[in-house]
Amino acid sequence: MTVDAQSDGSAPPQRSICIENLSKEYVRGKPILKNISFTVQGQSSVAIIGPSGTGKSTLIRCVNKLIPPTSGNVYISGENITHLTGRDLRMARRKIGMVFQEFNLVERLSVMENVLCGRLGYVPSWRAWLRKYPQNDIDNAFALLESIGLLEFARQRADSLSGGQRQRVGIARAIMQEPHVLLADEPTSSLDPKTSVEIMELLVSLSGEHDIPLLINIHDVELARRFTVRVIGLSKGGIIYDGPPSELTNDHLKQIYGGENWLQ
Amino acid sequence: MTADTAKNFGPAFKTNWWARAGWLAGFLYAAYAANYLDVSWARFLQGLGNGAAFLAEMVPPNFSRWELLAANLIETVEIAIIASAFGILFSLPVGLLAARNLMPSWITWPFRAFIALCRSFHPVIFAILFVKAVGFGPLAGILTLIFASIGFIGKLFTEAIEEISLKPLEALRAAGAPFMSVIIYAVLPQVLNRFIGFSSYQLDANLRNSTMVGIVGAGGIGGTLFAAFQRFDYDFLAAILISIIALVMLSEFISTRIKRVFQ
Amino acid sequence: MSQAASYKWERFTFSERLARFAVFLGFAIALSLSMRSVQIIPEFLYDAPTQVADLFKRMWPMDFAYYPEGIHHAMMETLHIATLGTLLAIVMAIPIGVLGANNIVHFPLLNWFSKLILVSSRSVNSLVWALLFVAVFGPGPLAGTVCIGFRSIGFVGKLFAEALEEVDPGPIEALTASGAPWFSIFLKGYWPQAAPAFWGVFLFRWDINVRESAVIGLVGAGGIGMVLDTALNLFFWNRVSVILLSIFVVVILAELLVTAIRKRII
Repeated sequence: MTVDAQSDGSAPPQRSICIENLSKEYVRGKPILKNISFTVQGQSSVAIIGPSGTGKSTLIRCVNKLIPPTSGNVYISGENITHLTGRDLRMARRKIGMVFQEFNLVERLSVMENVLCGRLGYVPSWRAWLRKYPQNDIDNAFALLESIGLLEFARQRADSLSGGQRQRVGIARAIMQEPHVLLADEPTSSLDPKTSVEIMELLVSLSGEHDIPLLINIHDVELARRFTVRVIGLSKGGIIYDGPPSELTNDHLKQIYGGENWLQ
Repeated sequence: MTADTAKNFGPAFKTNWWARAGWLAGFLYAAYAANYLDVSWARFLQGLGNGAAFLAEMVPPNFSRWELLAANLIETVEIAIIASAFGILFSLPVGLLAARNLMPSWITWPFRAFIALCRSFHPVIFAILFVKAVGFGPLAGILTLIFASIGFIGKLFTEAIEEISLKPLEALRAAGAPFMSVIIYAVLPQVLNRFIGFSSYQLDANLRNSTMVGIVGAGGIGGTLFAAFQRFDYDFLAAILISIIALVMLSEFISTRIKRVFQ
Repeated sequence: MSQAASYKWERFTFSERLARFAVFLGFAIALSLSMRSVQIIPEFLYDAPTQVADLFKRMWPMDFAYYPEGIHHAMMETLHIATLGTLLAIVMAIPIGVLGANNIVHFPLLNWFSKLILVSSRSVNSLVWALLFVAVFGPGPLAGTVCIGFRSIGFVGKLFAEALEEVDPGPIEALTASGAPWFSIFLKGYWPQAAPAFWGVFLFRWDINVRESAVIGLVGAGGIGMVLDTALNLFFWNRVSVILLSIFVVVILAELLVTAIRKRII
């Protein structure tokens, strides 16, 4: 896998996430994120690693304002979305695909309908109600389901699938948004090791195929090393490390996670 | 993203014919039933006109006969409290005797039938019969609500007993404990909290119903309410309704507090 | 004092026991006050068994011939009132339930307004609602249907709002993140999760409404209650017994039907 930010130079609006001095306090005076800044752009997959409770989840939710940041700015493909509300915020969120740890599928709907949920930001509510999605969306959804090997499950209920299959549906739903950027919050934490690898492969390959920068929260350092081209180490609300996985040393890990016995 | 339009994947969704038939049947039924009951838009609109006049006459509520109102409310509360006390007292043995895991079927059968009978009739039907039997006044209301309480608590209590663990029972029986001891030490501790829960719920329900039994002459504020209706005394009626709602909300508040004590 | 005493295990703390004791004591006081002041003529109570026995004697033999000519039509009317009234309640309760769910509508004033409607609907007894709507619409099944509808809003709306408040927030978060408008989030996120509970509530309430619609006729709101009222006023006790028996049968059948459907849904 080769990664080169410039290879996308032909498309004028560079697809990117740019986070600028982002801070978040749930309780006044006790920041969970302190002055975070980084940029992800082009065909790039970036992992955020760090111990649990360090604000990884909060950080990724600040990107699409599921959690409003206390201060700082978030730019998606150059557009500042920090102060958007209502309809403008919805329009901005359409550009941000998101994959969740617990898949967050609507269990009682069919796989097809879950995938088409990714189009809800584009389709008027009455069409969604009558399930009169545009034929183009349905064709795309079928093609996508075929490419991830779930075509035969399209008309089944989502709760009949296994964990790995559900996460694939979750990913397909995010891709259906035709997002500019893709966020993944611990996408493999609820899965077994083999399925985890398959899901990471799928995420990275779709990100490459559709040319979407990918930002993944992940606590599994090995998976991060194996599948991403850049690692951001987060600890106590600040960035400890930001660089290629090859240069991530045990010293860094000690600093990020604390202690050292677990490294042996 | 470009779709491979050459491929035909078939319909995106399974057509749920049962659901469609259900909706269709629902709409057809609603139309049929509205026609059967002579429910029409014209009558509805006419009613709205009457309703507006009716509401206009209710404002402002007339609290000038507050002494009568207070006396009635007190009687309503008394009916509810006495009926709850006896209803709870009677439903304890009835519930025990109807539990199929404790008693042989020749005992449970009549008690289950009795509970079903108490539950099936709306309290007001009992109220009518008791008014015929014991005359107008709160006694008929109390008897009515005792039966309603037995129906409700008895059923839930029986179900609660049928769900208990039988192991402590076996242990006590094996130790040769007499029947009453088995009930007191092995059965009641397992269900007492739920019994108290049902009882406090029923106290609430009895209070609501005791506001109504007076309509057929069984005591409480319902009698005054019905009289106000028949005399078209709508501003007094509004005062009665407001006090009923206030009373019920107060009792709901108290019963939430009581439930917290027993959690 | 031995060391072991400090490990004594108690099921409830002192204040918990005090609170429980206070509740029982309060109830006992209220009961004794009520017993002393309520106006009951003891002779009537002692006489009650004889009177009840006399009632039953007069009810026998049952006048079954009266069913086809006088009861059947009214019984069908009762069932239609119950069903149509429940449908009406649902139409009105869905928007009010949504307003009352504080995870969907974030305006406390609207939540509170919805709760006020729900509480009023439940606090006023069905017979009182029936009286009100008979005054508005005149005697007949229209008043009964609207009465059942208004009476049920509180129950259906409260349970629906609770079902909405209990949905898994994960899918809602996912749909929010995809930029879906709130109505689409409601349709595709909340509704599929709350629907089973909703249909359960519908069935449950229909069962209750069959019972209630059997009596609202006593104040003129249509159905079997009106027939019962006539028979009572004319002292046709052998007709009263047939009417009561048919109400009992219909209520039991409705309950069996609801139980069977619920088993199939769940």
